Amino acid sequence: MTDIGFVRADMVDAKPAPNRTSGVIAWAQKNLFATPLDGVLTVLGLIFLLWIIPPIYNFFIGHAVGPGGTVEECRMENAGACWAYISSEMEFFIYGFYDIPQQWRPNIVFALGAALLIPLLIPKVPFKRTNAVLFLFVYPVVSYFLLAGGVFGLSPIPTEKWGGLLVTLIISVVGITLSFPLGIILALGRQSKMPVIKTLCIGFIELVRAVPLISVLFMASIMLPLFMPQGMTIDKFLRALVGVTLFTSAYMAEVVRGGLQAIPRGQYEAGASLGLSYWQRMYFIILPQALKHVIPGIVNSFIALFKDTSLVYIVGMKDLLEAVKTKNDTALEWQSANTATTGYLFAAMVFWVFCFSMSRYSIYMERRLNTGYKR
Amino acid sequence: MSQVSETTVAPTARSTMQISDTNVAIEVIGMHKWYADFHVLRDINLKVMEGERIVIAGPSGSGKSTLIRCINRLEEHQEGQIIVNGTELTADLKRIDEVRREVGMVFQHFNLFPHLTILQNLTLAPIWVRGIPKAEAEATAMHYLERVKIPEQANKFPGQLSGGQQQRVAIARSLCMQPRIMLFDEPTSALDPEMVKEVLEVMISLAEDGMTMLCVTHEMGFARQVANRVIFMDQGQIIEQNEPEAFFSNPQHERTKLFLSQILH
Repeated sequence: MTDIGFVRADMVDAKPAPNRTSGVIAWAQKNLFATPLDGVLTVLGLIFLLWIIPPIYNFFIGHAVGPGGTVEECRMENAGACWAYISSEMEFFIYGFYDIPQQWRPNIVFALGAALLIPLLIPKVPFKRTNAVLFLFVYPVVSYFLLAGGVFGLSPIPTEKWGGLLVTLIISVVGITLSFPLGIILALGRQSKMPVIKTLCIGFIELVRAVPLISVLFMASIMLPLFMPQGMTIDKFLRALVGVTLFTSAYMAEVVRGGLQAIPRGQYEAGASLGLSYWQRMYFIILPQALKHVIPGIVNSFIALFKDTSLVYIVGMKDLLEAVKTKNDTALEWQSANTATTGYLFAAMVFWVFCFSMSRYSIYMERRLNTGYKR
Repeated sequence: MSQVSETTVAPTARSTMQISDTNVAIEVIGMHKWYADFHVLRDINLKVMEGERIVIAGPSGSGKSTLIRCINRLEEHQEGQIIVNGTELTADLKRIDEVRREVGMVFQHFNLFPHLTILQNLTLAPIWVRGIPKAEAEATAMHYLERVKIPEQANKFPGQLSGGQQQRVAIARSLCMQPRIMLFDEPTSALDPEMVKEVLEVMISLAEDGMTMLCVTHEMGFARQVANRVIFMDQGQIIEQNEPEAFFSNPQHERTKLFLSQILH
């Protein structure tokens, strides 16, 4: 019979973990050439890259016609992207048909927007409350009067003339800032115990979510005027804005609802047992946690909205993509093999920059908000 | 089942715990509750005087948690009356909030707010429900954190604390609202055994201060020492209630005897 008794005589001290092999060669060995098959795949991958990179480089940079180039260069055999076309038509891509001498007005709107939004997004910058009030309440009013004119001696410029990136950004920013709170309200309403509110919210969400955005925009632009009193019109741009906002808010509501359901019932109860009212509970306890859980979903909706702004061409608005398309089709003086491609590439790059920024910012925010759970 | 050593309560403690003869803290009259068709609470009659310390025991599913959750209206009752500090609980939200302000509750799973620091957990309700200035609320919060012996954790997040510490924070959070009644819903059931004692000690000191307490717990040592009344529930009804000595040494009802034989070994 073996002796099963044991008493430890010395405690074992903690010691550092064994060194890991590091360095380029060790890394390559482990990740690229671990087995013969890995080696073959690595070589094949390298060949593929060597095959694909030079033409891409040549199209975008090597043989491309830079800003300031001429259309003749763009029409040459082997010419790459025609950036000269983009730079010469940049004004149209940014402002659409907005009166050229008045373009300082959108410029101020852009600058003001950046000046207010960027500090709002950086957590360390102080005066968040003032900043938010300015951005959410003052800025839209100022922007509207600046862009539309008709007051303070500014010449009126109808929304039909607005276009390009200006329209894309206005619809996105307004859509995002309005659909977010609206979505939260709808999500809370859907969970409400009051049957009327609950039914209304479910009805709205399920109706809007089940139709394509295009049809929402169509309805907004064609059906809505039919229900309006005679002689009363609502600006087409405003209708598109409302359409996009309502559409996104329905999606947002479902995303937020997902977050609300992830919060344990104990959190609601703890808030209630402390005497906090329904709205206090939601604002201080439930929503901060719920929204944090669904940041990826929220940003997904924002990105979808940003890209869906292109659909306003359906109701005759010229957003960035439509402005590019219009120019591609009409700028005969710039016609060349790659003009249209370059135009669309430019639009795609602009969309990508904005969407990718949103994505990166959301990842940053997720990490920052992670404090509550770190051990 | 961990037993609190008898030395944790001063021999004189019990005599200093005053029970009011005239002031009723909670009165439950002929109360029934159903979950859909399931009759969870049946004809509950209970009168709790100010300063009373009541332990509610019973097998799982006997309705003891549901009963104390009805007292601050986390659960709705369908029949009978519940009167807390003179306010009858009805569907009236104003009354519910009024009652909740005066009734603290400690949960089995602590339910601290994980996205807020300990100090923010403690000051949230005093600031927004009672309208107390932030500095004052923080001073009160620190006072109670010291009382539960973890002032040094004030700026940490709940996830960084042990279970016992979290539960003590939860108790402090309730105390910050200066409640007249405290409800405990199995406060030590989710704790590791070595942390039970630190939480029970806080509860004992609360009792010594004369807090009206209703505790659902399996800590029979705590019941013996602190409670002035033990209530035994089974199948949604109060089966037996008595002073702890009599309850443990001389249970009357068959169910009580069976229950005690199963938990006291």
